[in-house]
Amino acid sequence: MNEVGKVTWDLVDAVASDAMRLCDEGLALPINADKDLAPAPDGTPASKDFGDLLVSECFIPQIVYSTTFGYRTDKVKSKPTSVCDVFDLEKVPGKRSLEKKPINNFEWALLCDGVAPDKIYDVMGAKGGVERALKKLGTIKDQVIWWTKGAQTPQLLADGEVVMGSTYNGRLFSVIEEEKQPIGMLWDWQVFDLDGWIIPKGTKNLDAVKKFVRFATDTQRLADQAKFISYGPARKSSAPMVGKHAKLGIDMKPHMPTDPKNAKNTLLFNYEFWADHQDDFTERFEAWLAK
Amino acid sequence: MAGATQQNGDVLVTADGTPLRISLARALRRQKIRALFLVAPLFLFIVITFFVPIVDMLFRSVENSIVSEVLPKSTKLLVEWDANGNALPPEAVFAAMVEDIREGRKNRTITRVGQRLNYETPGMSSLFRSSGRKVKRIKSGPYKSALLKANKKWGDIETWKLIKQFSTNYTSGYFLAAVDAKKKPDGEIVRVDEDARIYIELFKRTLKLSIIITMMTLILGFPIAYLMAILPTRTSNLLLIFVLLPFWTSLLVRTTAWIALLQQQGVINEFLVFAGIVHTDSRPQMIHNQFGSIVAMTHILLPFMVLPLFSVMKTIPKSYVRAAVSLGAHPWLAFWKVYFPNTVPGIGAGAILVFILAIGYYITPELVGGTEGTFISNRIAYHISGSLNWGLGAALGVILLGIVIALYLLYDKIVGIDNMKLG
Repeated sequence: MNEVGKVTWDLVDAVASDAMRLCDEGLALPINADKDLAPAPDGTPASKDFGDLLVSECFIPQIVYSTTFGYRTDKVKSKPTSVCDVFDLEKVPGKRSLEKKPINNFEWALLCDGVAPDKIYDVMGAKGGVERALKKLGTIKDQVIWWTKGAQTPQLLADGEVVMGSTYNGRLFSVIEEEKQPIGMLWDWQVFDLDGWIIPKGTKNLDAVKKFVRFATDTQRLADQAKFISYGPARKSSAPMVGKHAKLGIDMKPHMPTDPKNAKNTLLFNYEFWADHQDDFTERFEAWLAK
Repeated sequence: MAGATQQNGDVLVTADGTPLRISLARALRRQKIRALFLVAPLFLFIVITFFVPIVDMLFRSVENSIVSEVLPKSTKLLVEWDANGNALPPEAVFAAMVEDIREGRKNRTITRVGQRLNYETPGMSSLFRSSGRKVKRIKSGPYKSALLKANKKWGDIETWKLIKQFSTNYTSGYFLAAVDAKKKPDGEIVRVDEDARIYIELFKRTLKLSIIITMMTLILGFPIAYLMAILPTRTSNLLLIFVLLPFWTSLLVRTTAWIALLQQQGVINEFLVFAGIVHTDSRPQMIHNQFGSIVAMTHILLPFMVLPLFSVMKTIPKSYVRAAVSLGAHPWLAFWKVYFPNTVPGIGAGAILVFILAIGYYITPELVGGTEGTFISNRIAYHISGSLNWGLGAALGVILLGIVIALYLLYDKIVGIDNMKLG
């Protein structure tokens, strides 16, 4: 849109990695967090309230979501307790669904192949790292259904097509709590990612957009979002205000990916690493899949 | 022209004295212009919405001006540098590179170069991004050591070879990548490592599955079309509605319906287990593989085969076969020697329609194809909307278009395109 000089969007919902790239290429407007975003109710400036989650100068974080596993409580032989149970066909026999992407799967594969959590990206980037990850994934390859859309794993779980599968935690929440399916959460080594707003460069309604963003990302609004789906608010000050689900009336705090009980072992999506390696690794991953 | 003509030497002239030939041409030209005006909106529409975007997209498969555009000074100097020697470029090139990166950082174009070169060698994206951030601090020379401090990859001769290699305005790199090959900096073309080869395999698979799907639609569609052609109009109209009904249903709904039918806990498997044909632990896998792609796509593309077949069969007089039979031919022989050859234009039209639609199909194989039932178009879609490597996506598209045109010409040679009848 920018190339042809016709920007028709005023505000765009983007994941952090896309926001970073758009910012680098000058297609998104940089923001001044303290000036453009509302401070916390106790006066803490927005830059402190969002903290590390302001991963790019153009990115206005809204929610923290994670990619993690759900399993059929009635169909597993024994309850999975670790992400490595995904690779354990004896403990949990049956089909599993994984995203048709190297991202996350490579991390989990290396982790379960004995790589220390803080060395995962060193090993993956070094020679032989991809082969090692693919070899580990190869041990379950014929038991995997690969998904491309976030809705697929909840559907496959509900149909009983798979006994466990990865997807976004909010999707699992709704299939468990709203649809009442016999599905359990496996939070072990969930991978965090961020979703938020960017303001495209060249928008014609900048003042109105900024006013909206300031309102939509203040402490109360971010806390309110959690009434509808179990995605964590990006502000620290919103966390204590997370209350009950709007329809079900259940306490949302234990369903948040950021809840201390759920967040014992976590990974943060490594933007820099994947920006370099996504193209190359995806080709190799796809070639491996096609064999 | 209506006026009387008179003889003026050898030239026929009209009443007003102009030669008849010129007067006729003038009238014809007026008609032609009027016709052109009538066609103009459609013509413009096709040019603007179809022709221009496709040509533009195809052009991207060879276009490569980004590197020399963003790094003008250093790529100019690199022309002189001997890439086959084993020495890093001279200090002047490093100085020019610092200047280029600084300028590129200011215009926010530097990461695009990194992105472009990252398609060829992983790591280039972060090299340019981090150098863009750090180059601010480089105030004065020597620039070589300063850049090396910013990122040690600048000391790797391969980095410079890569920049030099891709500083030309046009590149064969995307096309080579689309056939699992690459060009080394010294110009030698080699195949990529065996574990990274994918596209040729996918092209072969796309062709194979498209041919199977076309055959399946023909085998299933021919009897339906035949039945519709010989039944009385009232009954055949009802059948026509049955053929068209799925045609009016959303593509995604039809695809998802196949998932519900074919999956291991799905309707068909449940029935097989209930009937005692298979054991519940050994339910056959009928979806998320090639079988799933073939079944779902055959169903979705079936109307495109039935309709041209039906319209051709409807025009074949019934008396032909009757005549053959009354002359003593066995009904099968009469069908094969008399009826079938008359349906060839319909078969040709249906087969070409189904085949061309199948070869570019995307969403159905994505949902039901698993890993072994996906098509080349799934990779094209990935590169257009996922990795944003439009050059490679375009190159794959050009090759696919080339294959379709080649097959079309082949068909023209064997069967003859004038023989095709769509209705």
